[in-house]
Amino acid sequence: MFATSNEVNTDMKFRTIGRHLKESLKNIVRNGWMTFASVSAVTVTLVLVGVFFIILMNLNQVATSIEEDVEIKVLIDTTATDADQEKLTQQIKDISEVGSVTFSSKEKELDALIDSFGEDADLFKQLYEERNPLNAAFIVKTKDPLDTMKAAEKIEKLDFVYKVRYGQNDVEKLFDIIKVSRNVGIVLIIGLLFTAIFLISNTIKITIVARRKEIEIMRLVGATNSFIRWPFFLEGLWLGILGSIIPITAIIVLYKEISTFLEPKLVGNFIQILDFNPFAYQVSGILLLIGCVIGVWGSLMSVHKFLKI
Amino acid sequence: MIVMKDVYKRYPNGVVAANGIDVQIDQGEFVYVVGTSGAGKSTFIKMMYREEKPTKGTIVVNGIDITKIKNSKIAHFRRGIGVVFQDFKLLPKLTVYENIAYALEVIEESPKLIKKRVMAVLDLVNLKHKARMLPDELSGGEQQRISIARSIVNSPRVVIADEPTGNLDPETTWDIMKIFEEINSRGTTVIMATHNKDIVNTRKHRVIAIEEGMIVRDEQRGEYGYEI
Ligand SMILES: Nc1ncnc2c1ncn2[C@@H]1O[C@H](COP(=O)(O)OP(=O)(O)OP(=O)(O)O)[C@@H](O)[C@H]1O
Ligand SMILES: [Mg+2]
Repeated sequence: MFATSNEVNTDMKFRTIGRHLKESLKNIVRNGWMTFASVSAVTVTLVLVGVFFIILMNLNQVATSIEEDVEIKVLIDTTATDADQEKLTQQIKDISEVGSVTFSSKEKELDALIDSFGEDADLFKQLYEERNPLNAAFIVKTKDPLDTMKAAEKIEKLDFVYKVRYGQNDVEKLFDIIKVSRNVGIVLIIGLLFTAIFLISNTIKITIVARRKEIEIMRLVGATNSFIRWPFFLEGLWLGILGSIIPITAIIVLYKEISTFLEPKLVGNFIQILDFNPFAYQVSGILLLIGCVIGVWGSLMSVHKFLKI
Repeated sequence: MIVMKDVYKRYPNGVVAANGIDVQIDQGEFVYVVGTSGAGKSTFIKMMYREEKPTKGTIVVNGIDITKIKNSKIAHFRRGIGVVFQDFKLLPKLTVYENIAYALEVIEESPKLIKKRVMAVLDLVNLKHKARMLPDELSGGEQQRISIARSIVNSPRVVIADEPTGNLDPETTWDIMKIFEEINSRGTTVIMATHNKDIVNTRKHRVIAIEEGMIVRDEQRGEYGYEI
């Protein structure tokens, strides 16, 4: 970034660092409204990026858990003979979307059910071991989890199928949302970032016109380009930091609220949102980083053309 | 010493502002650059401190070939040259003292040296008593003296001035001339583009006349040579 002058960087004096810091802070204050405009641009961008990012990451999380968990449970009619079962297996396997089919006997189903009761399991054990009321079942996984509904519908129509169960009723809707949001979200985030950089470099450009004379004089008397750039670099950094305060606070507060609200409702559900800690802090870190990068980028971009020889 | 060899400058819009310039200016000379408007005086001067790069030819200043110099070395090269303009180029929010000190601060000189040097040049231009004032509180002539003080605070071997008296009344102009001659008498090369016939004809020095990007006349103790 400061390749144009190597000598100065290596032995940059404390006095110089102090001067750059002072200069950059002075400019932040002196350019009041422009600073406000740039900071607002960063703020708006980061809020939107943050929200999209959180939604996207959570959708991703949901999608992954669904991809792992979603299976179709095909309950087999109790009247089915071994031969009927054999035939049914084949028919399910023949469905193009189906990936794997596993048989689960009614004893195994009972074990799983008893297990799921945890501490109270013993009570049920006795009760059920005498007469097992459950159906044997096939556990079907589709090749692509998003095809679950389609496969389930086809299986439902087959003979000796007592009942077909999969995930939640909302799974279908959720899948649609996931598919669209993933793509839209990524495009939006990238678009937002570029808009912000553009906005910042433009606002800083306006303030630079006023500082043109200063830059011109610095160059005339022999200040190195890196010396001229430093205050702008720092100014961009301040803009980024100032611009991330509101988004980070908002995201930490809101995500805390959302997770305390949602988590009890989601217990035992296969859909989970990402834990507040560390996710909210990770997002904050990322937002701060993005804020600083777009601040610095915008700032250096705007000073660039004044340094051309 | 400044040596130009076969120098051409064609601007991107196609205008040829230097058309085969060969010249040598020795250390300690005082040189006027004259010529009609648009002749190429400013271009000639700008090429000396590498504000413009010639399209062709070589320019050696203080022993450095500035047509081959790396961009990263330009800043250091400029420290050996003082530049003065018609419009002073002072920073309005800084005091007289700060404006001059600024030139040393941005090249990271020590505060002690800065103070010493600034006081010395303020003394030379006779404005020590106005050190705390803002440029707006000074007359044009005083502002130009500050600008000259800034150009020499770095003890450059060459001072280049592009119409330094263009905005000043005749009396103030003489004051400024005296300062340049004083600087010159201490061994600094002074190169001054000017439209001021009286100055050139009264304070006799070398005159380089430029027309259409070419040196058409080069005389020691020359005349202005144009009717205004
Ligand atoms: N940056 C530029 N881009 C394009 N053309 C330029 C540029 N600077 C100067 N010129 C052209 O080059 C020619 C010489 O200009 P220059 O400024 O050197 O003249 P000058 O002798 O200093 O004139 P003046 O006495 O009016 O200051 C002019 O025709 C001018 O229009
Ligand atoms: Mg000119």
